[in-house]
Amino acid sequence: MKKKKVIHMVRRTGISTAKAWSIRIIAVLLALLVCAFVIVGITGANPIAVYGGIIDGAVGTSSRTWITIRECVFLLIVAAGLTPAFKMRFWNLGAEGQILMGGLATAAVMIYLGPMLQDWLLWIIIIVVSMLSGLVWGLLPAIFKAYFNTNESLFTLMMNYVAMQIIDVAIVFWENPKGSNSVGVINQVGKEGWFPSMFGQQYLFNVILTAITMILVFSYMRYSKHGYELRVVGESYNTARYAGINVKKVIIRTMCLSSAIAGLAGAMIVAGSSHTISVSTGGGRGFTAIIVAWMSQFNPYAMIIVSLFLVFMQRGSIQIATDYGLNNNASDIITGIILFFLIGCEFFVNYRLEVTTIDEEEAKA
Amino acid sequence: MPDSNNAIELKGVTKRFGSVVANDDVSLSLKKGEILSILGENGSGKTTLMNMLSGIYFPDEGEIFVNGQEVTIRSPKDAYNLHIGMIHQHFKLINVLTAAQNIILGLPGPQRLDMKSVDEKIDELTKKYGFELDPEEKIYNMSVSQKQTVEIVKVLYRGADILILDEPTAVLTPQETERLFEVLRNMKNSGKSIIIITHKLNEVLEISDRVAVLRKGCYVGTVETKRASVESLTEMMVGQKVTLNIDRPDPVNPKPRILVKNLTVRNREGLLALDNVSFDAKSGEILGIAGISGSGQKELLEAIAGLQPIEDGQILYTDPKDNIEDLTKKSAQEIYQMQIRLSFVPEDRLGMGLVGSMGMPGNMMVRSYRNGKGPMTDRKTPADLSKRIVERLDVVTPSIDTPVRNLSGGNVQKVLVGREIASSPVVLMVAYPVRGLDINSSYQIYELLNEQKKKGTAVLCVGEDLDVLLALCDRILVLADGKVTGIVDARTATKEQIGQLMTAGASKKQEA
Repeated sequence: MKKKKVIHMVRRTGISTAKAWSIRIIAVLLALLVCAFVIVGITGANPIAVYGGIIDGAVGTSSRTWITIRECVFLLIVAAGLTPAFKMRFWNLGAEGQILMGGLATAAVMIYLGPMLQDWLLWIIIIVVSMLSGLVWGLLPAIFKAYFNTNESLFTLMMNYVAMQIIDVAIVFWENPKGSNSVGVINQVGKEGWFPSMFGQQYLFNVILTAITMILVFSYMRYSKHGYELRVVGESYNTARYAGINVKKVIIRTMCLSSAIAGLAGAMIVAGSSHTISVSTGGGRGFTAIIVAWMSQFNPYAMIIVSLFLVFMQRGSIQIATDYGLNNNASDIITGIILFFLIGCEFFVNYRLEVTTIDEEEAKA
Repeated sequence: MPDSNNAIELKGVTKRFGSVVANDDVSLSLKKGEILSILGENGSGKTTLMNMLSGIYFPDEGEIFVNGQEVTIRSPKDAYNLHIGMIHQHFKLINVLTAAQNIILGLPGPQRLDMKSVDEKIDELTKKYGFELDPEEKIYNMSVSQKQTVEIVKVLYRGADILILDEPTAVLTPQETERLFEVLRNMKNSGKSIIIITHKLNEVLEISDRVAVLRKGCYVGTVETKRASVESLTEMMVGQKVTLNIDRPDPVNPKPRILVKNLTVRNREGLLALDNVSFDAKSGEILGIAGISGSGQKELLEAIAGLQPIEDGQILYTDPKDNIEDLTKKSAQEIYQMQIRLSFVPEDRLGMGLVGSMGMPGNMMVRSYRNGKGPMTDRKTPADLSKRIVERLDVVTPSIDTPVRNLSGGNVQKVLVGREIASSPVVLMVAYPVRGLDINSSYQIYELLNEQKKKGTAVLCVGEDLDVLLALCDRILVLADGKVTGIVDARTATKEQIGQLMTAGASKKQEA
């Protein structure tokens, strides 16, 4: 009798945390291995040296380490902001636009109020105004979702493009120098409205803001009545109504919180790092943060690890691109390979494959 | 040696899910041209076993023989090739397509579809076995029993000789069940072999030739239906003799608690769900609500609970101190704020009563999360309550933090009922409290309802099993088409009397 091996896909009914994480770690190792082959294929260099270059690029010097930390906290604060919305199963794909609007408001405060007010007052105004503008960008889709049940993913996604257009218009007014089609560094001389350096570190203020925000968001999610309500709404509108929860109110309130935090991230980018505004101020972080939030299963500690890893690889591959005379696309390839493996391994967390031997003739019968 | 007179023979079939053994060394056979019932309590592994025949699961161990030949069934397609067709409990139909389109879905055919010949072939099948089906009717226009007909015709169209029906009568009215059984007998007479999964004992006795019994994943035995009785089958199913008697204490000092006057409600589609309904529910009694499913039971309870907009009429509540409150047009939230202890066990347990992804404490908080200090929730009280419920109601769960959707149906219901009676309700409404529960859990629930009744709670119980309602309730209100067709004394009424009221229709006048 002819024997034949057949592979079955079997859904796992439960998996231990240790096993799930070992699958993910294997995925990371495999990703690094595949990246090594790609690197050798492109550069012909010793992959170990190349990985050395990656580490060097990410944490090789104090300033590189701080850039890695800076990028990491941007991802973290956006991911923290997305968490309440996603826990409510409100698919907020508009964080990018909410960041841009927060950044736009920040730039406006710096430009128009910068010369007039004290720094500490400016910082408070920047934080409040950026959060409010992010909030408005999230409030619109939330209202439509709550009252007309429109699809929030499309709505929030479209709002990103509206935000970009508004930035384009603002650049026309704020162009500096004229004809450059960019805003340039705002208040370069007096640094009015720039977030302060702390202990000589330019980005420490952002780190502290992010840490405070994350602690507040995750306590809100876990311990507050609002957090409980939004989790129930995410599970089932019917259960929420049964529990006497006002579903419309919860949708709008949660989305306000989520988008206000994305707006704050915009302020951190503009006032705390780039000191300018353009359509690429968001830098795709509104989308990358979605990956961070989901891959860490909304666990704040996992979020730190995941975002550190992503940024580490990104920064590192920019470095090797310079070292080996490649353009920036090389780093995209490496990030892409890693994401492919990390997202792909979730299949093996949820399913296992089984091999069975069967008789060829019977299979035909 | 496998017998070629057997349409299906299973030998030593075992299926595990993680650490749970769903089927343990099961061996049974289906003779050609017979109707075999597979009987077992919930979680005894009936559906898992049949899913292995239809190619949805693959056995870990054991052999399957079809017509005396050993076979390997890896997919539903393999099952169809062996002429095995399964009609699942939850229909797998596409709503926007017609019956005929659903039936031919996935079948190879000519480039140009000839729906006319498909329709003719379907008509031929329906005529042969006595179905009623319009092939051009869209699924979303169909009743549940019509959808089931489509599912059955679908497998027949694919040439199935062996049919497996998973709890086919769970969603049908008595009349529809009778019609289905007629069809099944016709199919049997023309040589089809049929397996029917059910846990309704009287149906087993009525329709099947033999009964195979499973208990906790193990095969207990097969008996000839002629030689079986309700008692003997129950004993095989549960492994011990259980009394079929339900306790019924007399109501003590009944006082009106809920008074419904001329209540009219439209459902989400704008159709009249309740039409001029009036009744009262008294403390210390169980008021049963009977009716064919979809006669307005769901809307009635939800209207009282403040979850269903009311078009007309009045709902009045009398508290134990004889204060009367008007609950008409009050939302669930407002009723809670009025501090009215109204508990409700809805029909859709995981979709409305519970939060599936949360553990027991999170589910206790559905009722109590507002009790915390300031903006924060109190997490200790719900955890203590969970532990008490696990102990008192024997909830089987790895830990109180296990998401409740991972618990079995009976335990899910215990969590829900446990929470609802924990607030010592003045009015307790339960919808289909024992649906999908095994006998032991069912009796535990009846006991809990009786306990509440003795404490003076007004209990409203929507049920489907008339035998149970007649044994448990004090009075039974019968709904037909959204109208009250009668309120009878459960101690004197008969099943036939209630059956007539259930089908009385719109023309019948309301009785006192």
